[in-house]
Amino acid sequence: MARYLLRRTAFLLGSLLLAASLLFVLLRLLPGDPANALLTVGATPEQVAAARRQIGSDLPLPEQFGAWLAGLARLDLGTSFVSRLPVGPEIAERLVVTVPLTLLSFALAVVIALPVGFLAAWRSDRWYGPLLNGVSQLGIAVPVFWIGMLLVTVFALRLRVLPAGGFPREDWADPGRALTSLVLPVVTIALVMSASLIRYVRSATLDVLGSDYLRTARALGASFAGAMWRHGLRNAAVPVVSILGIELATTFLGAVVVESVFTLPGLGTMLVEGIAEHDYPVIQGVLVVSTFAVLVIGFAADLGQRLMDPRLRAHVGGGRS
Amino acid sequence: MPRKFAAAVAALVLSLAACGAGPDGGGSSGTASPDAGATIEIGSLYEPQNLDNTAGGGQGVTEAFNGNVYEGLFKLTDAGKVENLLAESQEVSDDGLTYTFRLRKGVKFHSGKTLTSADVKSSIERVTADDSQSARKSSLEVIKSIETPDDATVVVKLSDRSISLVYNLSYVWIINSAAKDLATGEDGTGPYKLGTWKRGSTLSLDRAPGYWGTPPANNGVVFHYFTDATALNNALLTGAVDIVTSQQSPDALSQFTGNPDYKISDGHSTTKLLLAFNDRKAPFDKPLVRKAVSSAIDDAKLLESIWAGHGSLIGSMVPPTDPWYEDLTKVNPYDVELAKRQLAEAGYAKGFRFTLDTPNYDPHPTAATFIKSELAKVGITVDVNVITADEWYTKVYKNHDFTATLQEHVNDRDVVWYGDPDFYWGYDNPQVTQWVREAEQAKTAGEQTELLKKVNRQIAEDAASDWLYLYPQIVVASSALSGYPVNGLNSQFYAYGIKKG
Repeated sequence: MARYLLRRTAFLLGSLLLAASLLFVLLRLLPGDPANALLTVGATPEQVAAARRQIGSDLPLPEQFGAWLAGLARLDLGTSFVSRLPVGPEIAERLVVTVPLTLLSFALAVVIALPVGFLAAWRSDRWYGPLLNGVSQLGIAVPVFWIGMLLVTVFALRLRVLPAGGFPREDWADPGRALTSLVLPVVTIALVMSASLIRYVRSATLDVLGSDYLRTARALGASFAGAMWRHGLRNAAVPVVSILGIELATTFLGAVVVESVFTLPGLGTMLVEGIAEHDYPVIQGVLVVSTFAVLVIGFAADLGQRLMDPRLRAHVGGGRS
Repeated sequence: MPRKFAAAVAALVLSLAACGAGPDGGGSSGTASPDAGATIEIGSLYEPQNLDNTAGGGQGVTEAFNGNVYEGLFKLTDAGKVENLLAESQEVSDDGLTYTFRLRKGVKFHSGKTLTSADVKSSIERVTADDSQSARKSSLEVIKSIETPDDATVVVKLSDRSISLVYNLSYVWIINSAAKDLATGEDGTGPYKLGTWKRGSTLSLDRAPGYWGTPPANNGVVFHYFTDATALNNALLTGAVDIVTSQQSPDALSQFTGNPDYKISDGHSTTKLLLAFNDRKAPFDKPLVRKAVSSAIDDAKLLESIWAGHGSLIGSMVPPTDPWYEDLTKVNPYDVELAKRQLAEAGYAKGFRFTLDTPNYDPHPTAATFIKSELAKVGITVDVNVITADEWYTKVYKNHDFTATLQEHVNDRDVVWYGDPDFYWGYDNPQVTQWVREAEQAKTAGEQTELLKKVNRQIAEDAASDWLYLYPQIVVASSALSGYPVNGLNSQFYAYGIKKG
């Protein structure tokens, strides 16, 4: 296990470095100059040159890259070209919105998907089994921003029970208000996420339901619930947990779109603004932090799966090919 | 469980049906007498990039801070007049090269320091400094020196006459010379001081205690920033904001039209949509070709399709709020036959093909598609090349590497750019250049106006660019609100007069 942890950590750091380099290069391939974001029509050539000097976009690329990596090693994400503020603290400020948004959406998606997916498999012979299945397929096809706009129209504009967007200026000082402003975004993401989750839960459950061991357990006198609890769910959980890892990461990224729809001051809107303004340090900072989060989540899911399934642990020990 | 589930579905369906039948009422708040303790919630699409207007703060910081947090020696009113603000009086020498300004007494910065002439000098010098990114830098280059004979007097010496000096100074914020961290803080003399700025979300202004002038009619304002016009309008519909500084989503207007809970104001804007030719480059180096293109495009139809009855047509770069405005829409009228004749005369009877560099944000792509179909009727093929704002600056503005482009020009009094042959559109008429220079050195406003009118007529005559239309300036507000600016010239938004109730 220790060797496994070590290997995974090295892999994580390696991926991060690779992602960071890739990000840097790709961003520089974009046409245009970040200095432009600071200027307006009427700027003189001297002003353009001064802007480039100020933000360092006149330096040779390897020098810029080196400076950025050195900063990254010190956990310093640099200073925004546009706001002139350090990027790290601003990301921390934005995470106050994005992390709860992601976790709550994910939790709700799981709460919806597990029973519905199970039901869709267990009752695939009743009329609502295929219906649930069909609805979940529809959910996958519908774009997330459309669901967001629909919910806003119904609950904010028509019923007026929830805000159409925004986040309290005082952040979580008044948790009730903060939570209220997250209800629609969370439901939006959860609906979309649960749609695909339902399908995984359903197929994992179907596998288990048709398995020999479950039939054997029933034959030996276990009740359906008992057999399902002792043998079925554990087996069905293994593929679902690995999917959950990916889905949690997707939720985090899905927040980008949803934050824009609901004007939440989170990491997603920060990224969109950064891109609009060609603010490389902001774009790089947000993407490095997101990449890191996704890698860590993947790592955790992998770990969870191993803890749950002894066969995978044996594999790590080198027992089987 | 299955039965319960079915019941839940039924309940959901019913509640959705109820939503459909829900009341349509607007966000009507109480209509008591004006409430000086009220905070005004303002919705805007223009969040400042930082809070320093000489360091790329952008349109957003002008909107939030001009006249609210910072004041100039002079103020450009919402009606377009220049009035004294921190300057109490001004004297101009006979040769027009020396301006003496007397400062208002008893003005204090928010930090408590008293305003002196040294602050004025350092504030002007921030704008003209080498590393300044102020859009006004070039217009103040005529300043040779600034002297401060005493605490209440500022003497500005010019290298040349500059009749626009006072107007230009209305954009120079007077900042405490000792102030630091202006990208995130402020030290001005205005009726409000900065409350908190939560990046990506809100910026609040609180009443500044001890303000020298009339205190604000409200208890403070909060700017709420949106990146999406629909979200902004939803906020207005749900009462999360009281007013929208500039409505940029024509489709959304119908939600507010005819609704007694909202008031729509149609003010004057200074934003012009241009089809800017590269006048250096064939075929647009020929005025006749440019005139033909101008006449081939039905501007009225374009405006109607984008703004549905709002906005106005202009025949040149000058909006009606500029003193040298004249109606020149007839100089290059919409006339397809005329356009065909002009093309034939210029040697392009069979038309030609060109690339139109089009910024990727509204309304440019829509306008580009329209122009493409209009010009097809006279045999001209348009290749629409969509680019980002940032590419536009590099390719078009800096490198002049384009044939024609679309761009919105937001400022007033910007007809003078046609006097600069090095400007991106490359219009080079020595006569116009001379008129623009003489206008700036004019002794009287009347003389300046006459000269700029000549410029105006000449560029229209030459079709230096095709001025498609003038944007509308639409403010939508809750009808409980009064006293707000409706013109928003140059993105300013004076908030101190706004009353609620």
